[in-house]
Amino acid sequence: MSNEIAILGAGMHPWGKWGHNFVEYGVAAAREALKDAGVPWQDVKFVSGGATVRCGYPGYVAGATFAQALGWQGAEVNTSYAACASGSQALAAARNKILAGACDVALVVGADTTPKGFLAPAKGYRPEDPDWVRFYLGITNPTYFALYARRRMDVYGDTLDDFAAVKVKNSRIGSKNPRARYRKCFSAEDVAASAMVADPLRLMDICATSDGGAALIVSSVEYAERIGKGDAPRVAAISTTTPTFASSVVEMPDIATDSAAAAGVEAHAFRSTLPLKAYEEAGIGPEDIDLAEVYDLSTALELDWIEDLQLAPRGEAAALLRAGDTAIGGKIPVNVSGGLACFGEAVPAQALAQVCELTWQLRGEAGDRQVAGARVGITANQGLFGHGSSVIVKR
Amino acid sequence: MSDKPLAPAIEGWHTMEVKPHLIGTQCKGCGTYFFPKNQAYCRNPACDSTDFREVELSRSGHIWSYTNACYKPPEPFVAAEPFEPYAIAAVQLEKEQMVVLGQVIEGVSCEQLKVGMPVELVLEPLHETDDDIKMTWKWKPVAP
Repeated sequence: MSNEIAILGAGMHPWGKWGHNFVEYGVAAAREALKDAGVPWQDVKFVSGGATVRCGYPGYVAGATFAQALGWQGAEVNTSYAACASGSQALAAARNKILAGACDVALVVGADTTPKGFLAPAKGYRPEDPDWVRFYLGITNPTYFALYARRRMDVYGDTLDDFAAVKVKNSRIGSKNPRARYRKCFSAEDVAASAMVADPLRLMDICATSDGGAALIVSSVEYAERIGKGDAPRVAAISTTTPTFASSVVEMPDIATDSAAAAGVEAHAFRSTLPLKAYEEAGIGPEDIDLAEVYDLSTALELDWIEDLQLAPRGEAAALLRAGDTAIGGKIPVNVSGGLACFGEAVPAQALAQVCELTWQLRGEAGDRQVAGARVGITANQGLFGHGSSVIVKR
Repeated sequence: MSDKPLAPAIEGWHTMEVKPHLIGTQCKGCGTYFFPKNQAYCRNPACDSTDFREVELSRSGHIWSYTNACYKPPEPFVAAEPFEPYAIAAVQLEKEQMVVLGQVIEGVSCEQLKVGMPVELVLEPLHETDDDIKMTWKWKPVAP
């Protein structure tokens, strides 16, 4: 159990399109987490920030930016950038510091302000940049998620109704989350009536980009016990593994996969290898999981993740969904926060927001969204250039 | 279409023949293929070669998956007015053991595609400039 750290506090700034400086969201999330933990700011000795690359220099040095905003008090800082896994890498840095005995309490925080419209690449003729190439050839972000979704339909028999059912499920539970950006309950008819973006995905199958912030106060188990919080949820595992060559699924922003033609090389699917280290590190298996928060950039991707986390055999996530087993009250509720469907993406905060939700769930404080008797939860997310993370929280 | 000369949209990424090939590289050490071309360092973790040969990739394969673009992509994409949706395919190349993305030829929609369908590589215009017509590779379904 020596690899565990305690989660003393969780906090979030409500997600939306507020248009304020990202630092405001991070500070609000951090103050909520500090209050939740009952830990004075001056006792935090390490500030681990998830970087944002859209908000200028303060975003590149997010750890220091948040430390300054909360009031310099001498804490050491770290900033992690790992695309959608930034929050998990920031959490991993805090865990390392704590487990090395170099600090008792750390703040982990990420926040973002997102621009309106498409995220376009830098200008010019730049064929050496895969992101420039794919936009030039007409391949946008939804293309990749649509390719994965269509493959599910042709290979496993998933239907448009299944994808819509994911949105309906997540919007229903997300409507009960005061921190969510979208709190309207949508019907399958609403999804079907939304515009087709990248066949088979419609506008309502794809998540938006949002402003938001999330923060955690984490500590050594000894510190938690000392302040009478020995029963706080624990971070039992963090996986931030990269893919194994040859990566077999074409990933944004690439135009092609690795080649598995060389002798001794096998094709590997990154998403399904990512949670393996988390399960191993926590010493548990998929059968022990009570709930999951996964990166539903599209409705169909939620189904992929359910299989990648081994919560259903390959190709059978839609059956689980149809049986109601991924909804609250089902066998393995998925995205009871409402997921990205209700939050939208705020890159440096996203992986931390997932852990916030698991923290509240495991403490039995999730109100109308509470999964009865939740003891163990897992997260999953993935971003550009082989970044991904899976975190296991248990009580 | 005008009678402007044809030019590759991205220089050196494919041949300009009627039956074109994508141009990649192959590691002389381990045989791994790369597209786009990689000539600096092999990315197979078991190989530290820096020697590559330029190779033409297989011009036929099978659809791994497919979709379309219903909305005009942002720059640097150059869209025709009015914008016409186009299909996109991810194609598995047998010999190279890799998947390559590309648009599907004009006039073919998602309803006509299926995972596993055989396709071949052709060239079609991507957009026009003042000087020439920029050509790119596209996937075309072939009768099995």
